Amino acid sequence: MRFLLVEDNIELAKAICSRMQLDGHVVDHAERLEHAVAFSETGEYDLILLDIMLPDGDGRSFLKAHRAGEIDTPVIVLTARSEVSDRISVLDLGADDYITKPFDHAELQARCRAVLRRKAGTAKTITRYGDVAFDPVAGNLTIGDRVINLRNRELRLLELLISAPGQIFPKTKLIDRLFSYEEDVSENAVEVYIARLRKHLENSSVSITTHRGLGYRLDHD
Amino acid sequence: MTEVVRVAGSLRNRLAVTLVGGAAVLAILLFVVVRNYAAQIAQAGQDQIIGASVSSILDAAVVRDGVVDVDFPYASLSMLSTEFDDRVFYAIYQDDAVISGYDTLPRSDIAANTDRQYETVVFDGVPVRLASASRTLIGAGFRTNIVVSVGQTQDALSGTLNGISRNVALFGAGFFALATLIAFWATSTTFGQLQALTTAITRRGPKDLRPVVKPIPAELAPLVSSLNSLMARLNQSLLQSENFITEAAHRVRTPLATVRSHAETTLHRVERPENRQALRAMVRAIDESSRAAGQLLDHAMIAFRADNLDQQDIDLGALVQELLVQLTPIAEMKDIDLEMTQDGNAAVRGDPILVQNALRNLIDNALKYSPAESTITISVSDVPTAHVRVCDQGTGFDPDEIDDLAKRFKRGTNVAGIVGSGLGLTIVEDVAHAHGGKLTLENQKTGGACVTLSF
Repeated sequence: MRFLLVEDNIELAKAICSRMQLDGHVVDHAERLEHAVAFSETGEYDLILLDIMLPDGDGRSFLKAHRAGEIDTPVIVLTARSEVSDRISVLDLGADDYITKPFDHAELQARCRAVLRRKAGTAKTITRYGDVAFDPVAGNLTIGDRVINLRNRELRLLELLISAPGQIFPKTKLIDRLFSYEEDVSENAVEVYIARLRKHLENSSVSITTHRGLGYRLDHD
Repeated sequence: MTEVVRVAGSLRNRLAVTLVGGAAVLAILLFVVVRNYAAQIAQAGQDQIIGASVSSILDAAVVRDGVVDVDFPYASLSMLSTEFDDRVFYAIYQDDAVISGYDTLPRSDIAANTDRQYETVVFDGVPVRLASASRTLIGAGFRTNIVVSVGQTQDALSGTLNGISRNVALFGAGFFALATLIAFWATSTTFGQLQALTTAITRRGPKDLRPVVKPIPAELAPLVSSLNSLMARLNQSLLQSENFITEAAHRVRTPLATVRSHAETTLHRVERPENRQALRAMVRAIDESSRAAGQLLDHAMIAFRADNLDQQDIDLGALVQELLVQLTPIAEMKDIDLEMTQDGNAAVRGDPILVQNALRNLIDNALKYSPAESTITISVSDVPTAHVRVCDQGTGFDPDEIDDLAKRFKRGTNVAGIVGSGLGLTIVEDVAHAHGGKLTLENQKTGGACVTLSF
């Protein structure tokens, strides 16, 4: 997906960009409001991540202007405030969601997906591999005329595997992807979800192969 | 905020007591003065008549053939008759001897040739007004001193005086009653303005720190102007501390976010288990500190808002629905279903921001302690009172600790490894208390915890 990140703290922006690129996203970074306006007018973005406190103005004024310009790119606000009233006022101004810094990128992904799902209509997120069509936003898998709804962890697992078919993903990578940092999970926990995905992918040209000691890989006949 | 104000006396009472007391003193003074004046006038009237009687008797005294002869007219005594049947006494003395009348009548101490001298004596057990006069009669080689005393009891006089006293007393009481009425009217109009000012200030919302602009009496101007400047300073310092908190949160959270993002990225690149473990611990510590900071700020905000409780109509069902939209992405990460049931129209009056924060804490808790792929049920109902119940399928509370968990910084012992500040339930309980409600923790028979916030 293409993101526009509006954030004045360069260190944080760099950190967020490299973390998001890891998930295969394209991120443009605007440091100031004026750049943000310029970017959003010229580029096509799936989502805008907006910091509220910026050197040349309040992010909220960008939100207002953004909404007045009738651009319907969804906006998720990154806020460093925890005051509930502030969150509410941000939503009132037309942000689609907010997330409080510091945040879990898995949660950011989840929020992006939820926002995009609510906005609907953006069908271009569908990834095709073999005879499988995967829509991470809708959270489903289409094999022929069969539509399978995926649970969230199955979805996140497949999202990672399908991002680089033919590449072996070690179990640790998959665990990082699926479980929050709060939980201490054993490496075997991921096997449950691999098993479920395999079941969903039965009767398709796509399969997940185990490479003992190395990890898992998505292949197709 | 209900601070105890030390009250020493009341201006209204002091003013009322002064005015009413003054009216009472004036009424009594009026009574005494008028009564005394009336008594003097009445006495003068009686004296005039007795004096006339004495004069007419003395005028009748002549020396005939060396003998004193007093042949006074009947009228001399009859002029003293009153409607009260006052008794009249007289005595005529020649030099030291009584020649006629009551010889027991007290003898007036009077010099020769004195015209009318008055005194009040006690005779026969009653007060008697006595008038006396003396004259020296001179005949051929004869010189004698004649003294005439006429006394009259004072029944008529005191009758008149009593009548006057009664009228004056009635008049005084009327004056007092009128003055008291005026005093109360004056105090209540004076303090009514003070009361109006107080009401205007009390009726303000917690965040209304605008200066008072209503016209006020000149005497209150200094008080109101210092009140206005106090409110301006308070407003300024509130703004400053709000800005400070926002700025502080921003300064702390932004670098934390940087570290966290870097840690996540690095975690994806390192392979060695000990490095991975260290990075995970780092992320966890960042989450813990940011969560603690956030909840401390929330807790402070809640303490502030609870003291100045906003009163709005809150639809608990709508509030929960709104929260669920926000929390669904987090629930989905663990494949947890958030189910909401609503029974009746649960409405409460209070601060929606506080109630939302409390409910968010409850659902956050349930999300944290629920296993993956479980269900959290949020039921909103108005029976028996408006409440929200959040039930999960986690491990539930340790029965030994269930009563202590809402205490500040107290965390369950069975939650090791899950990030928490120990403030969540404290916040919920504070909000419950501020709204006159309560927080109930219980375990379900089928396992899992149930937390109820009822109003």
